Amino acid sequence: MLKPVDVLMVGVGGQGTILASKVLAAAAQAVGYDIKVSEIHGMAQRGGSVVTQVRLGERVYSPLISEGEADVILAFEELEALRWLSYLKPGGTLIINNQQIYPVPVLAGVAEYPQNIIAQIQSRGVNVQVLKALEQAISCGNAKAANVVLLGALAQKLPIEEKIWRDALAATIPPRLLEVNNTAFTAGFTVGTVSVGC
Amino acid sequence: MKELLSGNVAIARGAFENGVILAAGYPGTPSTEILETLSRYKGIYSEWAPNEKVALEVGIGAAMAGARTIVTMKHVGVNVAADPLLSLAYTGVNGGLVLVSADDPGMHSSQNEQDNRYYAKFAKLAMLEPSNSQEAKDMMGLGLAISEQFDIPVMLRTTTRVAHSQSMVELGEPVAREIKPYSKDVKKNLMVPAFGRLRRISLAERTAKLAEYSENTPLNFIVPGNDKVGVITSGISFQLVREVLPDASVLKLGMTNPLPLELIKKFAAQVKTLFVVEELEPFLEEQIRMLGIQVTGKELFPYTGEYNQGLLRRCFGEAGVLSASPQVEDPAAGLPQAPPRPPVLCAGCPHRAVFYTLRRLKLTVTGDIGCYTLGGLPPLEGIDSCVCMGASIGMAHGIDKAVPDLKGRTVAVIGDSTFLHSGITGLLNAVYNNSDSTIIILDNRTTAMTGHQDHPATGRNLMGQAAPEVDITMLCRSLGVKRVEVVDPMDLSRLQEVIKSEIITPGPSVIIARRPCALLKREIKPAVTVDQEKCTGCKTCLKLSCPAISIVENKALVTADACVGCNLCVQVCKTGAMQGGQVDA
Repeated sequence: MLKPVDVLMVGVGGQGTILASKVLAAAAQAVGYDIKVSEIHGMAQRGGSVVTQVRLGERVYSPLISEGEADVILAFEELEALRWLSYLKPGGTLIINNQQIYPVPVLAGVAEYPQNIIAQIQSRGVNVQVLKALEQAISCGNAKAANVVLLGALAQKLPIEEKIWRDALAATIPPRLLEVNNTAFTAGFTVGTVSVGC
Repeated sequence: MKELLSGNVAIARGAFENGVILAAGYPGTPSTEILETLSRYKGIYSEWAPNEKVALEVGIGAAMAGARTIVTMKHVGVNVAADPLLSLAYTGVNGGLVLVSADDPGMHSSQNEQDNRYYAKFAKLAMLEPSNSQEAKDMMGLGLAISEQFDIPVMLRTTTRVAHSQSMVELGEPVAREIKPYSKDVKKNLMVPAFGRLRRISLAERTAKLAEYSENTPLNFIVPGNDKVGVITSGISFQLVREVLPDASVLKLGMTNPLPLELIKKFAAQVKTLFVVEELEPFLEEQIRMLGIQVTGKELFPYTGEYNQGLLRRCFGEAGVLSASPQVEDPAAGLPQAPPRPPVLCAGCPHRAVFYTLRRLKLTVTGDIGCYTLGGLPPLEGIDSCVCMGASIGMAHGIDKAVPDLKGRTVAVIGDSTFLHSGITGLLNAVYNNSDSTIIILDNRTTAMTGHQDHPATGRNLMGQAAPEVDITMLCRSLGVKRVEVVDPMDLSRLQEVIKSEIITPGPSVIIARRPCALLKREIKPAVTVDQEKCTGCKTCLKLSCPAISIVENKALVTADACVGCNLCVQVCKTGAMQGGQVDA
């Protein structure tokens, strides 16, 4: 019996949420999960908020995750973590990249970017795992691999073996970028063994 | 072999496996990927038409002559194609024709959330509604077969969550592509009144046969459950209902026009309480009530927006079908509200310069459909209206003729793809009726909003071949516009000068603001830097709504990895603090 898992990936257009969801789906498929993935795109290239919903189970009906239902929220950006936090179920885990990308209303000075988002969320008793995915990706050799660092941390929480993740990466990522992404995955996967904060 | 496919890719696969020879459409979210996927299959001819009406007419021709055909569009595109559509059921087809209507409940990427199921009833089409990708692929194939068997066009109606959700699909082998013989048959295909009346009677007969088919097709089936609660549903709502009420009896309708009325009566008699779950309008509910059956529908479930399982749980809780779920504390309770993150015009977007200028000149601006609707939001606020494809030109002309106070103070803005879609006739009207209006064509050389599709002025077609490139300047002149100016929008001072002079000049004028989309032609030049001494923190640059510019500690800050060096802010800065390269002429 495969354990049902609902994962919400949230971020900003251009952060690579869609690629991360593709690798997750490929890995889940390899272990025999039924899968539904739902995403709203179209505006992704224009800096809007993006969300990809991935549902795994023996049999998945709805492609959507409702409020209070996500087992894991994988947040590529702090403000987006805050925006989607209501979707986390009690006892669920928030994996959060400590990156802040200011939306235009904040840049334009008509809205404020909330202070200390991570600490505020932690104060609500939520299981939070903080990653410096961007820094780690840069030290792995490519800033664009931050999505795969986060994916590594997610992988640590899911009942899918590491080898299957590696195969899924190889099947999804172009060969010339595979090595750096494998390193990025390891970085996230290793961090994922230790719970930070909270 | 099973693959994880979106509904759109599955529809393309279904067309490929089932002998489709011709595919046509116009890009529109959430339908675009169907044709993009089909264009990669060998042996299928695919094209972007300038608009949905033309696409459908291309499809009608191919189907009449015996080829299996798919035509794709978003829901509002069907409005454009409605004229041929409403007579198509009369003539019928020869090779099967499936029209995909991709609806958008919740308006993720649309100006309205019209329920196109009414088109199927109105135009007397057969209608199929998939609830996942496997059904999308299967119904594409079955739709072609139904179309040929009953001599009727078939509408395959999807919604965003079917079109853009991915689920597992079993792939099949393609059948041979065959063209059915064509023979001239004016009584079938020449819709003059005398023959139209005959086809109207034929249509009634064909509809009756389809209704019989609908009673027996495996597309409409009962999921057995308890006899207390029964739900009639279709499309994505079926999946939600299965999740929320796993024990209920469910009548799943895959074919929703014509409805299987006898099957509905039979199902209703089996259950104590009957619900109808459908997004948007009470399309099923009204027809079920007309049978004299008691149902609960829109008094419980919303008319508007997209459904999800949380919403259905609340509704069924209210109805006493589900016990109220335990109150779970919201982890976000008491935390600050997240400020919105609206999509914005990209760094380097050539439209930004136009909207900045229009706002500065305090003009009334009728807008159109495309990326440039993003220029309507603060702080650019460069557009007053957006109604439908092509509306900007007619509206500007209407203002010009009716309201003297706004005469010479109004412009229309329309994109290149949108102009070719349905702006040409509006411009012809402005010329014919001696308009004084000014039309700005935002020519970024692509259909940007839907993901950079080609169109008749890009020089390429959907199949990736070189194509004749319509000259928009000559096109406007040929319609009778005497004043056509081409400007580079990134040259702010000339842009402003041309707009100021054209709005007060009698007669219609067209300004073509031409510069390729910043995402299409990535010309990344050195990022702008800010001279801290000269910057006074006046925030003029913020009015550009550029994602690369912010104010930090009362000084402008340009984020180097977001800036593409378009130098628009350099031109706007009053103190010379913004430093960049030379303005590209």
